[in-house]
Amino acid sequence: MVLAMRRTVLVGLALLAACGDAAAPAITAPAITAPATTAGATTAPVTTAVSGTIRVFAASSLTGAFTALGEAFRTANPGATVTFSFAASSALVAQLGEGAPGDVFASADEATMAKLVDAKGAAGTPVVFATNRLQIAVGPGNPKGVTALADLARPGLAVVLCAPQVPCGRYAAEALTTAGVAVTPKSLEENVRAVLTKVQLGEADAGIVYETDVRATDGKVTGVAIPADRNVVARYPIVVTAGARAPDAARAFVAFTTSSAGQAVLARFGFGAP
Amino acid sequence: MSRRRAEARRRTGHERLPAPALVLALVAVAFFALPFAGLLWRAPWSEAWSILTSVAVRDALRLSLVCSLSATALSLGFGVPLAWLLARGRFPGRGLIRALCTLSMVLPPVVGGVALFAALGRRGLVGRWLYEWFDVTIPFSTPAVVIAETFVAMPFLVLTVEAALRGLDGRVEDAARTLGASRGYVFRRVTLPAIRPALGAGAVLAWARALGEFGATITFAGNFPGTTQTLPLAVYLSLETDPPEAIVLSLVLIAVSFAVLVGLRDRWLGGARHAPAGLP
Repeated sequence: MVLAMRRTVLVGLALLAACGDAAAPAITAPAITAPATTAGATTAPVTTAVSGTIRVFAASSLTGAFTALGEAFRTANPGATVTFSFAASSALVAQLGEGAPGDVFASADEATMAKLVDAKGAAGTPVVFATNRLQIAVGPGNPKGVTALADLARPGLAVVLCAPQVPCGRYAAEALTTAGVAVTPKSLEENVRAVLTKVQLGEADAGIVYETDVRATDGKVTGVAIPADRNVVARYPIVVTAGARAPDAARAFVAFTTSSAGQAVLARFGFGAP
Repeated sequence: MSRRRAEARRRTGHERLPAPALVLALVAVAFFALPFAGLLWRAPWSEAWSILTSVAVRDALRLSLVCSLSATALSLGFGVPLAWLLARGRFPGRGLIRALCTLSMVLPPVVGGVALFAALGRRGLVGRWLYEWFDVTIPFSTPAVVIAETFVAMPFLVLTVEAALRGLDGRVEDAARTLGASRGYVFRRVTLPAIRPALGAGAVLAWARALGEFGATITFAGNFPGTTQTLPLAVYLSLETDPPEAIVLSLVLIAVSFAVLVGLRDRWLGGARHAPAGLP
């Protein structure tokens, strides 16, 4: 029995360890650092070059575009390092509110950005740097023949949406209301990537995501367009946070997103101009 | 050390902790107590009642209790025989089987959720046949929550019970057998009573793990109020938009778990010391 009790204690310890899986599926991308060996100082434009580490908190839907944008920014500013934390905009605002170290915040909607501004978490006024539209994501080749938002109400069609707390969920609800369609989703996912994953895995027949997300899957998911009059224009604002530790570099990064070089990268990923 | 002090120790039956160890122990207690104190301090007490009585919260709490208790029942039903196999079975590869059956305990739960998709999803190894032949889909349903919770919780019971079975004096069972008791009778009347404390401890650990399960659930079962949104999922999503509600929900989860741990400890874990060693 003594042995059993000792084992019980051990198992208890293991329980504590295993429960550390907390609730933050935020993806922290590896840092993009300037290679120390290249003599970049001569090639970079001297006027804009900044240095330091910029920690960017960005909406999940920006994952691909911002990773490339960071790469381009680093090429222009060899002394700078950009690190990313991608999650639902709403999750990121909550994290920033708890003092998470972020220099720049890029949100997928203005309502979420307003929360940061209201909480005095922003330094300056946010600027819109990109726009996006919604699309219906379906399996490759559209096996269920989904052609419009109205099809999502079809019985037997497994639909997943973003949770109403998340920007993509708010946008989806807006589009469905405009179209006058009542959908009973199977699940309300915590961010747009989770919706996409469920469609990609074939566990859901359809989901409402951003155009750019469908594009990023390289054909693993097919997009069904939503006509412009029923669609929603998602506007992405960006701002330097009040607690930024490298405010100058952060401002340079924000300026880069609206520069022609930055816009070219965003356009490559399917984002519209502000 | 004086003889008098040693004698006093023998009389009271317990040793006085050395001061440094005591300080470290108290730091550890504070480490566990402070986060809960913080939640209590930040709780919006004036709104608490209206949050608690909302339908969404009641649904999430009910679902959490139903699913975690179902997962515990499944863990007992399948976990005890599994523990018995691991403790008493003599076959090659037993160590591998044990590692396999307890792997989900150390995996990130999200990985567990993805693995469950691969097995039981509509495109999964087994799930595709369920879907094609019987039109049954497991993901995004309440049974999916129970499956996800059982997947991560059962190993806690298995390891605890297996350890107890190994610690048993097999001669007592042998004696019962030689006295003519059937195999089933010996298990019911000799083995089970002897491992009862471990059974209780294992069930409580598994239940606690199931109640707090997040990653595998949100991945495999999704998140929909009333069918798959358990309390931890509700806490996570409300944290983003309505932190006061998240705090109240967290306190509910903590209160339920704490009540059960306190209530059951004395009955089951504490009782281990006085448990019968073999025959009743």
